[in-house]
Amino acid sequence: MADYLMPSLGADMDEGTLIEWLVGPGDPVHRGQVVAVVDTSKSAIEVEVFQDGVVGELLVPVGTTVPVGTPLATILEGAAPLPGSAPEVTDESESPAEPEPEVTLPTEAVAMPTGAPPPPPARVSPVVRHHAHELGVDLATVRGSGPDGQPTRHDVDAAARAAQRLRVSPYARRRARELGLDPAIAAPGRPGGVVRAAEIEAAAAAKEKAERPAAAPPPATPAEAMRAAIGQLMARSKREIPHYYLQTSIDLGPAMRWLAEHNTGRPPSERIIPAALLLKAAALAVREVPDLNGFYLDSGFQRSEQIHLGVAVALRGGGLIAPAIHDADTLALVDLMAALKDLVSRARAGRLRGSEMSDPTLTVTNLGEQGAELVHGVIYPPQVALVGFGRVVERPCAVDGAVLVRPVTVATLAADHRVTDGRLGSRYLAALEARLTHPEAL
Amino acid sequence: MNTEEARAAVVDALARIAPEADLDEVDAGGDLRSEIDLDSMDFLGLVEALAESTGVDIPEDDYREVRSLDGLVAYLVRRAA
Repeated sequence: MADYLMPSLGADMDEGTLIEWLVGPGDPVHRGQVVAVVDTSKSAIEVEVFQDGVVGELLVPVGTTVPVGTPLATILEGAAPLPGSAPEVTDESESPAEPEPEVTLPTEAVAMPTGAPPPPPARVSPVVRHHAHELGVDLATVRGSGPDGQPTRHDVDAAARAAQRLRVSPYARRRARELGLDPAIAAPGRPGGVVRAAEIEAAAAAKEKAERPAAAPPPATPAEAMRAAIGQLMARSKREIPHYYLQTSIDLGPAMRWLAEHNTGRPPSERIIPAALLLKAAALAVREVPDLNGFYLDSGFQRSEQIHLGVAVALRGGGLIAPAIHDADTLALVDLMAALKDLVSRARAGRLRGSEMSDPTLTVTNLGEQGAELVHGVIYPPQVALVGFGRVVERPCAVDGAVLVRPVTVATLAADHRVTDGRLGSRYLAALEARLTHPEAL
Repeated sequence: MNTEEARAAVVDALARIAPEADLDEVDAGGDLRSEIDLDSMDFLGLVEALAESTGVDIPEDDYREVRSLDGLVAYLVRRAA
């Protein structure tokens, strides 16, 4: 049996409200199936399961807001429903108050293999025994590194340090990381106990308050909540990511001509807009500079093999959301256009999928026909780059020694200096330009 | 199709694309894209919806003529006739 957890739908999500269950106890589910709808500060999102199985129990009733990582349902392994195992949705009063299990995360200091209990120490020198007694260490729990597994003074010290080490629940640890907090500040002078997410949140709030005495009042309307979520994520981006910016003007003459020819004689439903062409070029170009595609995590940069292109979609009524088109580099242009159409309409209707929210590897913002000529983007953490396209404008261009009027866009790259520098970034923009110069290959 | 019918088709299509827009407040001679904030995807959606509801397929070459509410209505009346 496994717990199905409230997923993290982007780095800015702390909690979500379950607004609809699409499955019930006893229903078989398969990996990737949409099972519920969750409301975040940005949008209603359809969330998927990531395993095959059968729904056991729904743990969180509709209308409940719970933190990321809270078990929402149990998923039983196996393909067929188990007879007589279809419990009702639990009452709100029974919903789990403390979702995260008490787990001490292993750290490098712990050398003890899991599973096998240490053999009883054959002989312990009186000095070591005394030392252990002073530090309050139970010698039975100490794995000896001396001859015959005999514990040494050093082993006792290590065990004492391990016991002193703060125990932090996994979710609390993650929240602490997201909030840029040391978990220890949530529990000053309290080794031994388990630090929970609520304490991390409280410590973060206290820190925030201390740093900014005139904090804004809590958001009231959905639009304000969304603005607050965007603000928080972008503030984190600007705080943590050392951005550098590059720009290059790209002659879109060939691309626009190619598009016009393609669209001529085609019904509106089969036409392609420039945005689809720009996205395809952006996806293909990053194949050549893969260090712009992936996530910057605690362990450093993790390159993504797949190219899931985040598309910044402006919502009517304000706000912005940047869900992913999966494997954008592999889609034929017509398929990418269809995917874009579908994504934009679902983004605006509030019907995005959880995976679309959580896994873009590189985001593109396209200001479109009504936009400004240039955008210096703010990177969506934990991504490491953002590609921007300004409005396409007619400009005089020097082409083969003559001045011609051409449709031009200014392409920009905002990228993370922890991973790349201007040399690699420039290579990306050059690749982008090359792709757009040969639209027939897109 | 007369002017009223064409206008009704446009209003109907826009109600789905830009539900918050008040077309009575729109400058009927101004560019719809800036008047009610349509991006190119929205505009394509409008053209698509009108092709379906009126049977008039507006090619890209004619987009210039249909940028305003008045221009669009007049175009539909002329082409549907």
